[in-house]
Amino acid sequence: MSIFVDETTTVVVQGVSPTSQGLYHGLRNRAYGTKVVAGTNPRRGGEVIEGLPVFATVAEAVEATGATASFISVPPPFAAAAILEAAEAGISFIVCITEGIPAHDEARTYNRLVQEHPGTRLLGPNCPGIISPGKCNIGITSGDIALAGGPVGIVSRSGTLTYQALHELSQQGVGQTTCVGIGGDPVPGTNFIDCLAAFQEDPDTKAIMMIGEIGGSEEERAAEFIAANVTKPVVCYIAGVTAPPGRKMGHAGAIISGSKGTARAKMEALSEAGSVVAENPTEAGERMVEIVKELG
Amino acid sequence: MDLYEYQGKQYFARYGIPTSPGGVADTVDEAVTQAEAAGYPVVVKAQVKVGGRGKAGGIKLANDADEVRAHAGAILGMDIKGHVVRRLWVEHASDIAAEYYASFTLDRPAKTHLGMLSRQGGVEIEEVAETNPGAIARLHVDPVRGLDLDTARRWADDAGLDEAARAQAAEVLVTLYRCYDEGDCDLAEINPLILTADGRIHALDAKVTLDDNARFRHPEWEEYAATETDDPREKMAKERGLNYIGLAGDVGIIANGAGLAMSTCDVVNQVGGRPANFLDIGGGANADVMSAALEVINADQSVRAIFVNIFGGITRVDEVAKGVIEALGRVDLRSPIVLRLDGTNAEEGRALLAPHLTDRLVAEPTMLEAARRAVAMAAAAGSHGAVGATAERESENQA
Repeated sequence: MSIFVDETTTVVVQGVSPTSQGLYHGLRNRAYGTKVVAGTNPRRGGEVIEGLPVFATVAEAVEATGATASFISVPPPFAAAAILEAAEAGISFIVCITEGIPAHDEARTYNRLVQEHPGTRLLGPNCPGIISPGKCNIGITSGDIALAGGPVGIVSRSGTLTYQALHELSQQGVGQTTCVGIGGDPVPGTNFIDCLAAFQEDPDTKAIMMIGEIGGSEEERAAEFIAANVTKPVVCYIAGVTAPPGRKMGHAGAIISGSKGTARAKMEALSEAGSVVAENPTEAGERMVEIVKELG
Repeated sequence: MDLYEYQGKQYFARYGIPTSPGGVADTVDEAVTQAEAAGYPVVVKAQVKVGGRGKAGGIKLANDADEVRAHAGAILGMDIKGHVVRRLWVEHASDIAAEYYASFTLDRPAKTHLGMLSRQGGVEIEEVAETNPGAIARLHVDPVRGLDLDTARRWADDAGLDEAARAQAAEVLVTLYRCYDEGDCDLAEINPLILTADGRIHALDAKVTLDDNARFRHPEWEEYAATETDDPREKMAKERGLNYIGLAGDVGIIANGAGLAMSTCDVVNQVGGRPANFLDIGGGANADVMSAALEVINADQSVRAIFVNIFGGITRVDEVAKGVIEALGRVDLRSPIVLRLDGTNAEEGRALLAPHLTDRLVAEPTMLEAARRAVAMAAAAGSHGAVGATAERESENQA
């Protein structure tokens, strides 16, 4: 099993043209084995690019192909409209990897989804996407570094650290059920708790790796959720112990404001919740490998 | 991007939030000119991006030109919590009847906007939140619906603002929300928002943080770019489009991805070193980006060793290796480099680098080992580096 996406997921890529990022990544996902069934472009409806049928709108693509998921990598000024278009077309799972969307657009879009399209889940924006190894890969994660067969579920706020985590586990022969990159923006569509709850429910996921970073209080909230609801072992790593307060560390969400959002506070909260807290990504991988061995 | 008070007030004025007449001054003479234009008495205010200016002596009342000269002279050049004052804001002094606090920011856990309003203004809001949390009226604003005048009026009632202030304050709050929303602010704060003796509401201070991601739709922000940072390293990085933050150590850091860059700083710290910077070169680590990154790090005189930490996801490591080799040909580096290249096509990348490795360019297989090596190299260079630097200076003097 896997969470959110599996071998039945069918994907429409929004904003494809012969030179677009969307097409590039969409074709990579298709090469991995993902059922990428359509692309959209308002000026290219009816064309076929690299074997991918292109429709003018997401609604037409859904009508013709029955796509259930969408993949968005359009530039920041157009991302919010693309997300809403997908939701209005009945897409139930949207992956938006676009980096640099204004926070006000994110807040407005998130609240419109909640109010008008409660059946739609948004992953991202500003995330690497999601991979259920061997089944479905939507986003920019390299399929080579993931290993199918479980038993570890990964949820991460950071892109390259997600790859690092996949790599550490795969190298030791430990596979993953699903790896979800939730992204580092201030208003993520899917948060740690959504993923922790789904991994807890998934019978094939036996242990969970969680990678957080400075800023906000999502890790603290995740810690409360773990203490109350998660019975599976959790290994955590939090980036940014040395980050100075008041400075955005790359991600729009990664900023220590006043005494809030420090890595140490998050590590303490997660440790108190019964999670294993590692000091660096390598140690997180090692601890998880030990746990998986003990599980047998 | 944080704005100075004067920039924040100018930003407020664009949306129609009332402020006092005043102007900017970089010299004592300019301060006098601005004071004459604003009308005495005036307040001379240090422009620094840090709180606690008043306590530090950076805000003074002046009744005539002589007092302006004395205060401006004392405040210009003053060091307030590590920030040197280079600019003043001189405005007409207000006759204050009451001081309030008003702000909007994003409440991330709630995923909506949060307005805070208090009848206890003029002091740090964190202090009020701790000592008297009941004195802050909180209002969640749905980003879809926004804030209307009726809601703002009830909010002013809840906060217990003086009767005379409520109607006008409600209007200012609606305008402040519009500035926060349409103006793409991460934070729009007025502290204090005052009621004057003659019954007018206006902003006596302005704290504005703009969302860098919204730059594309705000050409008017261009003027703030020049004053964005005082750190010459950060200015240089900004010009090259790099995501850089200066830190105090001697190990220069280059990594792809914000999380990995942060983690790299942490690991250097864990093995006993001190990172000189945070630098995320993003996904495309080609020769141009790598050269730009190395130039910025190289310009930092405190750097003794450089740690390049790349994990290839969609960026293939062999491409990164080519970029590093080409960049090394372009930039004349002062410090040795430790490379850790892993991920997609790592073996091809390492093979490409192998013939270029020397005692000044070394490769390590893991992040931890690379961090240890870089820290050791920085320490070694630090002990001779100091001698070397002195020798260099001496030879310069002799020349």
